[in-house]
Amino acid sequence: MTEPEIYSDLTTIMQDVLMHDDFVLTPDLTAKDVEGWDSFKMIEIIMAVETHFNFKVQSRQLDSLNNVGDLVTLIKASR
Amino acid sequence: MNDGLNWLPRCDDFRPRVKALSLNGNVRWQELVELAAYNLDFVQTNQIDRHLLDWQPEATGTEKPIQTVRIAILSSSTVSHLHAAIRVAGLRRRIQIFVYECDFGQYRQELLDPHSNLYSFQPNIVLFAFDGYHLLGSVRAGSSAQDAEAALDAALAGVSECWSLAKSVFGCTVIQQAVLPIFADILGNNEHRFAGSRASLVVRMNSRLRKLADQSGTHVLSVDHRAARDGIEFWHDVALWHRSKQEIRPPAAPLYGDLVGRLVAALLGRSSKCLVLDLDNTIWGGVVGDDGLEGIVLGQGSAAGEAFVAFQSYASMLSERGIILAVCSKNDEAVALKAFNEHPEMVLKRSQIASFKANWTDKATNIRTIAAELNIGLDSLIFADDNPFERSLLRKELPMVNVPELPEDPALYPQCLADAGYFESISITDDDRARTAQYQLNRVRAELMSSTTDMDGYLQSLKMVLQWRSFDKIGLQRTVQLINKTNQFNLTTRRYTEEAVLAVMSDPDAIGLQLRLIDKFGDNGIIAIIIGKRNDNDLLLDTWLMSCRVIGRKVEQATLNILVDEAKRLGVQRIIGEYRPTEKNGMVREHYQKLGFSKMPFGAVQTEDERHSYVLPLDEYNVTDHPIQLERA
Repeated sequence: MTEPEIYSDLTTIMQDVLMHDDFVLTPDLTAKDVEGWDSFKMIEIIMAVETHFNFKVQSRQLDSLNNVGDLVTLIKASR
Repeated sequence: MNDGLNWLPRCDDFRPRVKALSLNGNVRWQELVELAAYNLDFVQTNQIDRHLLDWQPEATGTEKPIQTVRIAILSSSTVSHLHAAIRVAGLRRRIQIFVYECDFGQYRQELLDPHSNLYSFQPNIVLFAFDGYHLLGSVRAGSSAQDAEAALDAALAGVSECWSLAKSVFGCTVIQQAVLPIFADILGNNEHRFAGSRASLVVRMNSRLRKLADQSGTHVLSVDHRAARDGIEFWHDVALWHRSKQEIRPPAAPLYGDLVGRLVAALLGRSSKCLVLDLDNTIWGGVVGDDGLEGIVLGQGSAAGEAFVAFQSYASMLSERGIILAVCSKNDEAVALKAFNEHPEMVLKRSQIASFKANWTDKATNIRTIAAELNIGLDSLIFADDNPFERSLLRKELPMVNVPELPEDPALYPQCLADAGYFESISITDDDRARTAQYQLNRVRAELMSSTTDMDGYLQSLKMVLQWRSFDKIGLQRTVQLINKTNQFNLTTRRYTEEAVLAVMSDPDAIGLQLRLIDKFGDNGIIAIIIGKRNDNDLLLDTWLMSCRVIGRKVEQATLNILVDEAKRLGVQRIIGEYRPTEKNGMVREHYQKLGFSKMPFGAVQTEDERHSYVLPLDEYNVTDHPIQLERA
């Protein structure tokens, strides 16, 4: 899976969870930049990512996620 | 392993359908109900829920919820991510659910404070959801057996105090979520021998919770049983608990919501009533019309054959607890019946099938006929068919019929039906147990009637006896059940809780009658309920309802004679009947006129109630003739 493909899938997942499409995913995008992306939505995004990409995010990894780029790196590492 | 709403089909065009939702409230409600009938994950569930929250009924709407319920979740952990799934599970059943959640961990304070938001919400159901950490957090590995037992006693006392509080304050139904087995073992296989083990205390807690719940009329939400089936990892994510204090994982929310939804349906008397079975490859392997009686796969000799026997046994057990069975199959009737009558491995008997449709008519038409024959709504039917084509066709033709997505392997059919929770019940009455026999007898009566042209002669030949008695404790469950689920022959559709029925029993100015109809074919059970209240010289009929099974047998006329006698006993001069129209009770619009009541003479100001009130002065009443013998039991 290429990086653009991961970004594309992740965009769909986040649009579904956040229920709007008022954002463009970039590596340095963070939760505070996006409307409605609070800590509960963060959990839902992680859960949806786990299901879609079929892997489990570890507690330690969860704590060190700072931006979209970190999440994409995690997804790539799981492939 | 189950991972959600597996008995429902996946939705292939979810995004476009959500985008294209109609702006008209009537159409939109219908579209949302249809979308809720799919196997939605938690993200999809949240999306549907957002549109549901925006939904407004149209002023001239026909499409709207059949009932509204207000559920307050009083919880020790975070449950806001479960609201959407509960509301959508209601939507799946056309019930509108409003959900309230107490402030984090504040359930006791809110219960005790008349100014709390909980009081202004006025729930009719309170759901208590406590996590194991909250209930058993004080127990340490080093705790003595005595301390552990004391902690358990204290936790249970706290919980049951909450139940009593909720009931006394709101007069509501209480649901208690069982405790999820979230603790790791410390000892191992024989964990139960270790006093300080929280893992084993959870098991004991749940067992005692159930006993207490039964004693106090509280209902249990058995997430512990689901965890045993799905694996605790499906329900609880330890990392998530540490991060956000959510005891239940978001991906489990749709299933959690449905468990609540089916319990609500059962409480409202809206659970499914009838299982309609296809024959070929559903209750036996192969096609009996092609393969012959000897060729079908059923019973000994093969794994598949045993699986079909097991499925028949499951259906048979449902029948024994009061679920009506019917058959709808594309077959020659004679061939299909031959399998029932002659195949030695058949578990299901023809006598258990209340309506048998084996023919070449399309299934939607047959299923409509089955519902009409049994006098039940299409939305109380479940259609089990192995053929995906027939299933999706039927969903399209009759969207109100529930059609489970049966798995490929017949060995998994029973579990699929159990997972779907269509037949959820909170108790079983004697009448439930006898139901199949009653429908069977109805069939015999119907056959006899179609062979007679003389209606009066036919009714005489039934040798009917109407036994009546005042409400009593023995009949209480059935009385409450009838009051809350009878929709068609129901003059006022007033619903009564157990407590309210008990209040009628102790009121000297009220009469509450339960009527049982027996005929030469057998006992129909309790088939009618009357509640009347004395007001000066009048007897006001608050409730008159009757089971549709006995319509057309002049039971109403016979009942009126009983009522007139009762009214005379109370010393009143008039009986006043009331008709409150609903969407379902059109059949009794003329009820009182037919019985000789006349419209109330009105004063200058006419209230809505008066417009539908009818009066019968006792001195003008002549005893009506009817072919039924009355008997005070």
